[in-house]
Amino acid sequence: MTEVVRPGPASPAPAEPHSEDAYSDRALDHLTNPRNPGTLADPSGTGSDANPSCGDRTTITLRVADGRVADVKFRTFGCTAAIAAASVLTELAAGLPVDDAARLEPADILNALGGLPVRKEACALMAIGALRAALVDARVRDTA
Amino acid sequence: MLTTLTRMRRVYLDHAATTPVDPEVAELMAQVLREVPGNPSSIYAEGRRARALVDRARDEVARAIGADPAEIVFTSGGTEADNLALRGVLKAREGEADGIVTTAVEHHAVLDTAHDLAAHGQARVTVVGVDRDGRVSPEAIRAALDDRTAIVSVMHGNNEIGTLEPVAEIGAICRARGVTFHSDAVQTVGALEIDVRSLPVDLLSVNAHKFYGPKGVGALFVRKGTRIATVQTGGGQETGRRTGTENVAGIVGLGAALRIATAKRATESARQAALRDRLIAGVRARIPDATLTGHPTERLPNSASFCFGGTQGEALVVSLDLEGFSVSSGSACTSGNTDPSHVLLALGLERDLAQGSLRLTLGRSTTEADIDALLAALPPIVARLRAASGVAA
Repeated sequence: MTEVVRPGPASPAPAEPHSEDAYSDRALDHLTNPRNPGTLADPSGTGSDANPSCGDRTTITLRVADGRVADVKFRTFGCTAAIAAASVLTELAAGLPVDDAARLEPADILNALGGLPVRKEACALMAIGALRAALVDARVRDTA
Repeated sequence: MLTTLTRMRRVYLDHAATTPVDPEVAELMAQVLREVPGNPSSIYAEGRRARALVDRARDEVARAIGADPAEIVFTSGGTEADNLALRGVLKAREGEADGIVTTAVEHHAVLDTAHDLAAHGQARVTVVGVDRDGRVSPEAIRAALDDRTAIVSVMHGNNEIGTLEPVAEIGAICRARGVTFHSDAVQTVGALEIDVRSLPVDLLSVNAHKFYGPKGVGALFVRKGTRIATVQTGGGQETGRRTGTENVAGIVGLGAALRIATAKRATESARQAALRDRLIAGVRARIPDATLTGHPTERLPNSASFCFGGTQGEALVVSLDLEGFSVSSGSACTSGNTDPSHVLLALGLERDLAQGSLRLTLGRSTTEADIDALLAALPPIVARLRAASGVAA
């Protein structure tokens, strides 16, 4: 008996192995072209946060005018994710009413960056921590 | 953007991590995989052919380091060779000697093995510190010995900072005291002359993929008369010292790679050392506050390593990757650990400075143009990261 061999459906091309550690193009763009790096000379508020496990740290200075974040800058000593998170956060916060800025979350940073490597998500939390601290500082100084 | 980047010419400067397989070695290995199906333990024709290839590779490895072929034990790589050395000696000396003396800059394959043995009550471990250049003092090793020291393990060349350790002096001290001396030489075999007829070392770890051989194969030199027990049990291959069917193609690759590396060594190591010096001088000229890590002269011919204050190594590596350079760092964020490398901390570097580490290791493909390209690319990256961190350098 002759066995008829039919060509089966073409097997899908093996997927290119993908590393969970890869950065998005947007995150890399913030590394090579950081937005708003530096320190404001006369800030309404200054806030810092750090990741004690790796030594990374971020400081955010901002100026509030008419209830909005009028200007915001960041300083980050840290890895690609820490720099990209703080950099994109200054873009997200700029121009927002302070109450809206205070409600920004790590997820907003991840969305704006097109994600971060899984082990790097704490870096977004550090940026948010610094921003919230700066907003609290601005409020305290305003009411003092 | 990234599509074009992946097409750009890459400059590979991470030869301490691994080297590309020499084309002649790859061809030989492919031939073995295709044409030599036998198990070296079989006594019929296919087995005898595989055995002959393993024996020839053993001769090649032995000749390269001045050993007798019977003193070469093939392993799955450097990590296994280190494990076999430490665990095998401790096991052989059980009940009479339990001391391990090693240094703070050893590879994890040695340090973690020593600590694992200690954690299970099988060894007492003394870790000897190093100076600012990463050198251990032979006198400090001597002082750490006691009547129950079973083994001293000091690496030959450091994988992170390139420092060469005074293994000849340390070996002489151990020999005078009758203590077994092991050296992890995975960074130096193939790059520096090693002759165990004059070097007083009892055990020496070798790793093929550091000298243009395949990954997953290595060897342990075991000097005749050294008391060492097997660590894994099974069919009794490698005269009972490392049981398990031989990785025939890998072993052939190891032997050929070491033969080729030995033939190229004199010219290639001198050529790389000149490029290394150009790189170190160039970085220091362009980034005057760069910290050279490791010994200024007593270092691997292919290794340059630095720390740049106000930068984080992971960001340096990713930034250089975007510009086509493959490099590495001992910073916490690149290794997945939370601490900077134990080697950099052992030098007494501040944690922040240790975070800004960059390791550049050259190889056969490295040209003067590669070095000059790196020297052009690096300073703006360091400046940009320092601007973002605001940390004064």
